[in-house]
Formats: sequence, structure tokens, C-alpha cells
Amino acid sequence: MIQALRTRRGLVVIALAALAIALPLLTQAFDQRYLLSIGTRVVIWSIAAASLNLILGYGGMVSFGHAVFFGIGGYAVGILGHHGVVLGWVQWPVGVLAAALWAAAIGALSLRTRGVYFIMITLAFSQLVYYVGVGLEAYGADDGLNISRSRFPGLIDLRDRAAFYWLCLALLGLVLWFSARFANSHFGFVLRGAKSNDVRMASLGFPVFRYRLAAFTISGALGGLSGVLLANHDAYISPAMMSWVKSGDLIVIVVLGGMGTVFGPVWGTVAFFVLEESLKPVIDLFRKGWGEYWQIVFGPILILIALYAKGGIDSLLGGRRDGGGGHG
Amino acid sequence: MDYLAIQILNGVQLGLLMFLLAAGLTLTFGIMDLVNLAHGSLYMMGAYFAWTLIGWTDSFVLGALLTLPAALALGAVVEAVVIRRLYARDHLDQVLATFGLILFFNELVRVIWGPAGKSIALPAFLSGTVEILPGLPYPAYRFAIIVVGGVVALLLAWMVQRTRTGMLIRAGASNRRMIGALGVDINLLFTLVFGLGAVFAALAGLMAAPILSVKIGMGDDILILAFVIIVIGGIGSIKGAFIAAMVVGQIDIFGRAFLPDLLKTFLSNAAASTAAPAISQVLIYLVMAGVLVWRPTGLFGPRT
Repeated sequence: MIQALRTRRGLVVIALAALAIALPLLTQAFDQRYLLSIGTRVVIWSIAAASLNLILGYGGMVSFGHAVFFGIGGYAVGILGHHGVVLGWVQWPVGVLAAALWAAAIGALSLRTRGVYFIMITLAFSQLVYYVGVGLEAYGADDGLNISRSRFPGLIDLRDRAAFYWLCLALLGLVLWFSARFANSHFGFVLRGAKSNDVRMASLGFPVFRYRLAAFTISGALGGLSGVLLANHDAYISPAMMSWVKSGDLIVIVVLGGMGTVFGPVWGTVAFFVLEESLKPVIDLFRKGWGEYWQIVFGPILILIALYAKGGIDSLLGGRRDGGGGHG
Repeated sequence: MDYLAIQILNGVQLGLLMFLLAAGLTLTFGIMDLVNLAHGSLYMMGAYFAWTLIGWTDSFVLGALLTLPAALALGAVVEAVVIRRLYARDHLDQVLATFGLILFFNELVRVIWGPAGKSIALPAFLSGTVEILPGLPYPAYRFAIIVVGGVVALLLAWMVQRTRTGMLIRAGASNRRMIGALGVDINLLFTLVFGLGAVFAALAGLMAAPILSVKIGMGDDILILAFVIIVIGGIGSIKGAFIAAMVVGQIDIFGRAFLPDLLKTFLSNAAASTAAPAISQVLIYLVMAGVLVWRPTGLFGPRT
């Protein structure tokens, strides 16, 4: 704690964490419930981005289908709930496990390929699940399904927006703590080594494929967790939650925040949502009614980020790049 | 029997459309090592250009012909402003930047043409049917797509296999650095190939416009299919793209034309008609996964 105060990053993290913890009280005081909903989404998307960061940021695996885990986690909650299994103690582990199993299966196939082929095969597998969702007439097909939130009797009521927010925030804290441990572990170092030169790592005797598959599976499981949370936040599931555009958004977030950094996914998510929510009113200032066309500005911003912003937001915070976490 | 023949032709027609899109993509991919997600946007812009130009000229053929140079110009601008800066970057940057281009183009279309879809009316001489075999009528326009698509595919094959430019393109796809070192102006080749790809994409978009509707994001779903096709065929291979496009076209049509009836034998009508198109899409991705597991660089991709 004291040590964290010495770096700019540490100060920002502590200030933001304090703000994040106080958010439900603030939104209640100022009667801005919409803001709490956005805050919850930011936290959930941060978990998803952090899970993608494990493989994309640290492992250099450009997975273009990560939103599929939103879908798997979400549909696990929705489908179980639809059949009367409403206990969160059942729904949540099933969601996370299903995501982990699917990640292990597609990872075992996808990781045989390299480069562009890997990008495309992960995209294809996520489209596959997307179309399974579209084809499930019993669970709403394209229109999706309204679901009831998971029940944790005697422990927490997820319909309480503030309590649910704090639960998500606590889980995000755990995921970030795990990322930091992960990055600096033996496992993380092998993965980062393989990112910069997998032939060398293999020559050194590391079973690179197995390390990558394990990372892919862990990443999928955490992605599934974010899907479970997202379904509980929206009380609604639909194939749109795993559309390929969402996968693209997740990549954007990870790169924007800073790949292979512990807090990068959080910065990226915050920036992404702030951009989305603020571009509309800002454009409206210049020309009334044009705010709905915010993506015409957002698109070129992405191009500029891709071309010029190598280190992401996290690098702006300076300090020791390896403090607390690693970088790829 | 007639129904089967017509559906197979529909599959060929869809396959040719996707081949036009995939051909440009596989060349830019193979030669420039460029992941261009915005290729589908060029397809969409082709359809919108066609809608506007056909309206202006009041002639389907003239409007369609004018669309091609317009698409070439657009492709040249996109190449000069954004794409050129991406050649030396890694795939992740390319994915990001061209993802940004998609958002930009989708929104640009909304600003210029409005959110509602457009439809292009067929001229009289293309709206009837032709008897392709005695007693087998087939929609004239779809037949025209097969003819134009087939001719363009043959021209492309001839150009790639038989001309000097084609030789350079093939050489570039197999070893970019080497042909640069041999004194070929690689930047000119890149621009040429990108422009060619833009024209093909716009041609596919304008031909698809009268049968599918012209709408925002129309390029996104078909772009993913085009990626699937070039990955199955092997990146950089025109022959592979053609074969894969035909296979994907047939699977897609099979799912729409035959699967619903098949499923209705054990599912309710509503469930069957929802599930069938979805299952055909799933099948396409399964084929791709299978090919990649069997051959990690596609059917005709470079061997490492």
C-alpha cells in the first residue's frame, strides 16, 4: 500500500479504486441510477478484457472470438434458469466450467495454427456458437430470452443493484490480483517468452503448446465468468452478446488500455465506455442530432490508436513498467 | 430433380459472388500479408454506389459499369490514407485499424444514405426467366450473375496464371521480400492488387444488391464467410479460394433449401425453419475447422 503510493500508477489505481467502491453511494446521492448500470457494465467488461489480456497481452495470441465466452456464460445461466435451476451455486460454476471446456476444445484445435489462421479460426469458432444461439428457437433464437437473475438464498440478492455492483467489483479485484500473480509466475514467463520467440522456448524444452492451451483455458473460464455476470446484469441473453463485433471491441479495449499490463484492461474499458458515452453529446454540441453518428469519429480514432498508440493508456502512467505486473 | 438442379445453380451463383469477394481478399492477404476487415465495406460501398449511379443514369447497365471505376477510386483513397501505413505492421494493428474502417464506413453510409435499406429494381430484360435446359426455367438475373461471375473468375485465373503481372502476383504471394530484392516495384504491385480487390468486391456488392437488399453492415457477415473461404482454400491461392467458395456456396444453399424439410420430420415447423439456416452456417465453420486441423495452412496454402 505504502509502496504503491510512490508511483503515479499506484496513485491512480488507489484513487480509482476508492471512486469505484464509492460509486453506488454517489449515484444514489445524486439519483443517477443509469450511471450505476454503466459502472456495472464497465466492471464486467473489465473482467472480460482482463481475461482476453491473459492470452492476447501476455501470450500474443490474437483471439478474435473472445465474446463467445460472454455467450457461453450467459446462456448457461439463461438455459438453466429457463428449466427451473435458479440457484447461483449451480448456474455460476456450470457457466464457468462450460466456458473452460469449450476454450480447451477450441484451443486444442486453434493453437495448431499460426498468425492469421489463428485469428480466423478463433473467429470461426465463435461464429459457430453464435449461429447455434441463433438457431435455438426454444431459447428465443435471434430475439434472445428474458431471464431471472441467479439466486443465492440468504447470501445476496442480485436484484439489489448496489450489492450486485460490489460483487462484480470484488470479482474484478480477484481477477486483477490473479493477473498480476499470473504475469510474474513461472507460467507467465514461459508464456511471455513464447510470445517473443516460441521456437526458442520450444528449443529450451518448454512444451509451448501445453502452456498456451492452459492459458487459453483459464482465459476462457474467466471470460465465462464475465458472461455469467453480464447475463445477471441485463436479466437477458441473446446471440448479440457474442457477435463478432463484441470480440472486436474486446481487442480494441485490451490494446487501448495497454497489452500485457495488469490494469490495462480496466483503463481500456473505462476509456471505451467514456468515449462511447461522451462522443454522442460532444458531436451534438457541434451539430445537433448528429450524436447518433458517433462511430464515424470512433472509427478513425481506432485507426489512429492502431497506428500511433503502441503502449496504450497504461504506458502514459509511466513509472516502472514492471511494477506490480509485467509487460509483453 | 428440377428443384435440385435449380438449388445447385443457386449454390454456384452464391459461391461465385463469394469468390469475387474472396479473390481480392486472398491476394491482398497473400501478397501484402494484410488482414483487411474493411474489404466487406468495399462490397457494401459497391452496392450503395450502384444504387445511386443507377438512379442517376436511369440505366442498370450504365450505373453498374460506372460503379466499378468509382470503387477503384475509393479503393485507391483508402489504400493511400490508411492501408499503406499498415503493410509493415503486425496483424493485430491491421485488425484494429480496419475494424475502425468498418465502423467508419457503416456510419458514413448511415449519414449519406440514411438508415433504411435500399432496393435496386431489375431492368426488364433481366427480370424474367431463361430456359437454361429444355423445361428448366431459371431466373434471368441469377443466371446473369453466374455468367458474369464465371467470366470474371476465368479472366482472373488467366491473368494470374498466364500474364507477367500474374506471375509477379504469384511470386509476391510466395515470397514478398525476394521479388522486392529482384527489382520489382513492390509498392506499385501492392496498389494494383488492392485496387483490383476493391473492384471485385464492389462488383460482388452491386451484383448481390438486387437479390439481397442494400443495407448497412451487409458486408460484415459475408466478409467473415469470405475469410472462411480463403482460409479453407489457403491464403494467397486463387484456385483454393474458388474451390472453397463453391463448397461453401453449396453448403449454404443446402441449409436453406433442403434442411428445413429434413428437420421438419422431427422438429416443429417454427423450430426447423429457425434451426436450418443456423445449422448450415455451423456446418460451414465446422468444415473450416476440419480443414485447418487436417492442414493448418488450408488446402492450397503455402507449406512451411
